[in-house]
Amino acid sequence: MQLRYSEADESFRAALRAWLEGALSALPPQPARDAWTERRRWDTDWQRRLFDAGYAGLHWPAAYGGRGASPTEQLIFYEETARQRAPYVGVNFVGTLHAGPTLIEEGSDAQKAEHLPKILRGEEVWCQGFSEPGAGSDLASLRTRADLDGDHYLLNGQKIWCSFGQVADVGEFLVRTDPDAPKHRGISWLILPMDSPGIEVRPLKTVLGSSEFSEVFLTDVRVPVANRVGAENDGWRVTNVTLKYERGTAFVSELVDSIRLAEELASRRPVDAIDRNTSVDLGRCIAELDALWALTKRNVSQASRGTAGPGAMVMKLAYSEARQRFGEVCMRALHRDALHVDDNEYVEERLRTLALTIAAGASQIQRNIIGERVLGLPREPR
Amino acid sequence: MDLELSDDQVALRDGIASLLEARIPIDRVRAGFDRAMFDELAGAGVFSLRADGFSWADCVVVFEQLGRFCVPGPLVTSLLLGDGRIAEVASRYPPIWIEHLDALDVLLVAGGGGFQAVDPKSVEAEPSSWPLDPCTPVARAEQLPEGAPIEFNRTRRDTAGTVLTAALQLGLADRLTELAVAYAKERVQFDRPIGSFQAVKHMLADMLTRTEVARAAVYSAGAVLDEQPSAAIKHRLCYGAKVVAGDAAVANGKAATQVFGGMGFTWEVDVHLYLKRAWVLETHHESSDGNAELVHATAGEPRIWGDS
Repeated sequence: MQLRYSEADESFRAALRAWLEGALSALPPQPARDAWTERRRWDTDWQRRLFDAGYAGLHWPAAYGGRGASPTEQLIFYEETARQRAPYVGVNFVGTLHAGPTLIEEGSDAQKAEHLPKILRGEEVWCQGFSEPGAGSDLASLRTRADLDGDHYLLNGQKIWCSFGQVADVGEFLVRTDPDAPKHRGISWLILPMDSPGIEVRPLKTVLGSSEFSEVFLTDVRVPVANRVGAENDGWRVTNVTLKYERGTAFVSELVDSIRLAEELASRRPVDAIDRNTSVDLGRCIAELDALWALTKRNVSQASRGTAGPGAMVMKLAYSEARQRFGEVCMRALHRDALHVDDNEYVEERLRTLALTIAAGASQIQRNIIGERVLGLPREPR
Repeated sequence: MDLELSDDQVALRDGIASLLEARIPIDRVRAGFDRAMFDELAGAGVFSLRADGFSWADCVVVFEQLGRFCVPGPLVTSLLLGDGRIAEVASRYPPIWIEHLDALDVLLVAGGGGFQAVDPKSVEAEPSSWPLDPCTPVARAEQLPEGAPIEFNRTRRDTAGTVLTAALQLGLADRLTELAVAYAKERVQFDRPIGSFQAVKHMLADMLTRTEVARAAVYSAGAVLDEQPSAAIKHRLCYGAKVVAGDAAVANGKAATQVFGGMGFTWEVDVHLYLKRAWVLETHHESSDGNAELVHATAGEPRIWGDS
């Protein structure tokens, strides 16, 4: 057990810090939250800067233009960029973190050549079309149909919670190619050009009042069969291959940000302006966030050895629940200063984090997974 | 950076675990701490780890196992004193409750800016006929006699002592999870193992989650003790480790009792021993709430990123 980083890791950190200092000072101001054309330009411009500096596709293999970084370097990259308030991955999220790795693992040579370089350079924005109004926690029950018509599929259905749908060039879509097979075995993974006729994107307003997500309506949308990634009806497996790219680093940026917020709140003076109950609760939240930072390092340590322990399986549940408890304490500490969201990071975060225990596997689903896959408890009939 | 056990630490963990399994099974735990148990642990090197060149992180690995096996006794103070005597700390502030008084070689009492060594035989105290934890006898004194000054590092007690106590709590939380999961797999109601019901399954998932989070915090604090970063971050991680490990031990004790149902309320089932020990340790080295306040106080101080 040691927290100290190796010399090689420290020099990676030093070089990154030096580069960030210059790159961030040259950055134009961040556009407004719902100015989507400008946001796309700003986020992809940052991706291009990362590419030029050799930090794009940090965790991708070098053979596909990535840097082939170690899990620890990946951790340091997310820590330093969050610490220095560099732009978050933004509209490049789906391309660099999910669709790209999926293509690397499962795509054809033509698919890789077409998309991977553009993703790395910030020239192609991806969205994700997985969830449906009737398929949330039970994602495999999705019903968007893809009927074979010669060398094309004909798509009909509706997707929801499509991140960045309004500015995406292409989407990774899960569709039903065999309605008669058991639900997990009739799904395929498609590359969908978002300018195809028959696609309608409607932004969805969230509790934040902004629209990171969209609903996508598909009516007789023609997609070449050549756009399928992996075998027909094998899409459920294809969509899970990216997990190994995460290597314990999924929540690093958010966690570093949370700890910064907590330290800022804790450093407000005078300390006795906060009553004892709030002080205890805030201290407990900080202890939890520090513990999750330690858990992140432990998970990365295991990823570096090519192993994975239960820590990786509990991280999402523990982080999202702890983050919400922290948000509650912030609201209480701010009292009536919590009545406005503008210029009020704590309150904005409190609203944003309402989604944490729901998105990407609700806490209740996480507990089922931990209970059944880690503890080996019997399944409840369903 | 590596927060996983090294090969040597895995061997250390497995070595102490197999020793405890063979020599201090739960029946012997129930009989309580005595000199024979101390001598056996001392013979295995438990109290001389530091003198023998082991790191604090190694000590954490050993104390986690002592917690898992619910080993009673003044373990942390005896290791910190490290001179082969059985030692515990008491405060002069009433109410004065002294643990394991009859087994002690020396009682350490804060005073005069340091600690005094008090002869346990000179202490007038009334033993409780019904201690909360049957393995932790307690006696109440009205006052404590003066003693001779003794070299006993207060900062080390505040940091390493807190983390080793947290390691014991981590062990309790871990073992409680194991006991509850095993029971939930075999106990059948409504024609099914109760662990298949989500209402029970989710409690067990939370027990594991608390344990894994606590383990990371305790290991990280153990590494911090060895590496001596800035004082603020060191103290913060030490106090924080006891917050999450202490909360995990008590919460898992309550959850395990619930999973065991009526059996969890019996003297025969071991769960209450672990929960009661968790409550005892909650009073050592500040409570969870007290440590949380200390975390809050230290978190406002500047830190250097990358050093923790």
